[in-house]
Amino acid sequence: MKFLYLIWRNLMRKPIRTLLNLLSIFIAFVLFGALFAVKTAFGVGVEIAGLDRLITIHKVSLIQPLPKGYGNKIEAVEGVASVAHATWFGGVYQDPKNFFAQFAVSPESYLALYPEARLPEEQKQAWFENRTGALVGRQTADRFGWQVGDRIPIQGTIWRTPDDSAWEFTIEGIYDADKGFDTTNFFFHFDYLAETTGFDNVVGWYILKIDDPERSAQIAAEIDRLFANSSAETKTSTEKAFAQGFANQIGNIGKIVISILVVVFFTLLLVSGNTMALSVRERINELGVLKTLGFTDSHVLGMVLGESYLVTLLGGGAGLALVTLLTRAFDLGGSILPTLYLPWTGVWVGLALLAAMGFISGAIPALQAQRLTIVDALRRT
Amino acid sequence: MTDSTDKEALVRVEGVHKIYTRGSEKIDVLQNLDLKVPEGDFLALMGPSGSGKTTLLNLIGGLDRPTSGVVAVAGERVDKASGRQLAKWRSRHIGFVFQFYNLLPVLTAERNVELPLLLTTLSRKQRAKHVATALDVVGLANRAKHYPRQLSGGQEQRVGIARAIVSDPTLLLCDEPTGDLDSKSGDEILDLLVALNRDHGKTIIMVTHDPHAAARAQRTVYLNKGMLMSEAEIAEMRAAEAVA
Ligand SMILES: Nc1ncnc2c1ncn2[C@@H]1O[C@H](COP(=O)(O)OP(=O)(O)O)[C@@H](O)[C@H]1O
Ligand SMILES: [Mg+2]
Repeated sequence: MKFLYLIWRNLMRKPIRTLLNLLSIFIAFVLFGALFAVKTAFGVGVEIAGLDRLITIHKVSLIQPLPKGYGNKIEAVEGVASVAHATWFGGVYQDPKNFFAQFAVSPESYLALYPEARLPEEQKQAWFENRTGALVGRQTADRFGWQVGDRIPIQGTIWRTPDDSAWEFTIEGIYDADKGFDTTNFFFHFDYLAETTGFDNVVGWYILKIDDPERSAQIAAEIDRLFANSSAETKTSTEKAFAQGFANQIGNIGKIVISILVVVFFTLLLVSGNTMALSVRERINELGVLKTLGFTDSHVLGMVLGESYLVTLLGGGAGLALVTLLTRAFDLGGSILPTLYLPWTGVWVGLALLAAMGFISGAIPALQAQRLTIVDALRRT
Repeated sequence: MTDSTDKEALVRVEGVHKIYTRGSEKIDVLQNLDLKVPEGDFLALMGPSGSGKTTLLNLIGGLDRPTSGVVAVAGERVDKASGRQLAKWRSRHIGFVFQFYNLLPVLTAERNVELPLLLTTLSRKQRAKHVATALDVVGLANRAKHYPRQLSGGQEQRVGIARAIVSDPTLLLCDEPTGDLDSKSGDEILDLLVALNRDHGKTIIMVTHDPHAAARAQRTVYLNKGMLMSEAEIAEMRAAEAVA
């Protein structure tokens, strides 16, 4: 690329201007990456949610408990392969700021439903066997430096011990998962909760696996019909729909994110398009000289486009790289958005955006430069 | 675009008209103009401002096309070639020297001189060698890394000449090369052009206002009211005007 040096020197003609242009592109792409990561974090449950998993909750709200006896009845429904249950614990570890979600679950059946969570077989068995044992996700374990075998006190807020002392758990397992699956959660035996509090007849919700995802709607309807007109009516939906509903409660993040980005990139396009136009207008005479020396119209077109591509690529590439690295190397989302990271789709979308930006902001000046006739260009001294 | 009718003339201009239209206004710059420049010639082209000297030079250099007529250089029909063909042709056969040097301010002297070579298939090393030679010829080997703003006008023009000769073109076209220089620097540039013509066999067409500069050329033609006249014809015309 012997023309690269020429392109580079032309960009360095006004270093401050190029730097500012670079910076604005950089910031726009950092913003793009960050917003894309946020959008992904909110939608992550939705994306990874298994289509063969249904969730049965109380018809009124997620907070209302369901009778424990429902489990067997649900399992008996045709097409249901297995059933687990979970109950929100809502305890505090040392300080309310240390938030992470805890669930009392039916260990074996629950874990069987979530193959996404990976842990050594012996840890799995140890957790199943220890009534006060807990299974915790890698992110939370790392956050507090927990090891297998550690004893963790958690203060109950909804569920209290008889003397209101902290609940004691022993970490028996730490699970890992691919990016995108939440590894901040803390699971323990429902039996421990039930025996300590005496509330052994209600659970938070049921999760069930079905044989045929195609029939999910039909099976869901059948389950809800089973409990219609009882004191605790149910609402069954796919996990995807469930997670979607959760995301919708937070607000339509996606739409907001996209409208912000549209405004940002439109502004950016005006700014850097104008910068390019300005820099071409300033050196019409030079472009005429190059053509005199034998540079073709296409050479000149390519050179100007090359400049706009180079700036966009440097600024935007740095922005994308920064967000990718930061969100992958550090736990920026903390417990609020445990899965905050820029996925590869985001990187690809970003790169496509880069290519489009480089082209659009350089196209008009590049065409002007291409069409310039030598005689006219040289007369402008 | 080969033209074999006239082998001895490097440049052959025949019956050339050039009309510029600016809005509804038509400017007849060149009218039925003929010119032959043999290989190895050093021709000075004089004439009042606005008489069409630059226009003629542009036509010969393939920067512009005549409204009608023939322009042939080294057997190529310049008036008939496409823009892309002309660009390639110019890079091989024509060296341009401008009044205001027209160096790229963002490049050092050697990078400016290298520009025409970027269009060739020469390797980086070969390019560097050609550039060094060209800078040596104009006596600026020790200014290779200087930017134009760090050079005097005369030095800038010498870089401009180095750029014009680096690809060893057949024909040098100089548009008032000393027009922006003091007489000492101007003389040095003229010395250089004379040497290029005499020692390197370059054919040169030089536009100038300055009779002193024109005197350094082998011969001079005058452009007046769109037509060329020789020195003798000019003298005749002047005499006729004096009588009348
Ligand atoms: N591109 C152009 N468009 C319109 N008029 C032009 C153009 N180039 C030159 N002219 C006109 O043609 C005449 C000759 O110009 P030029 O060749 O530059 O003269 P010179 O170099 O002898 O001073 C001038 O009147 C000038 O205004
Ligand atoms: Mg002129």
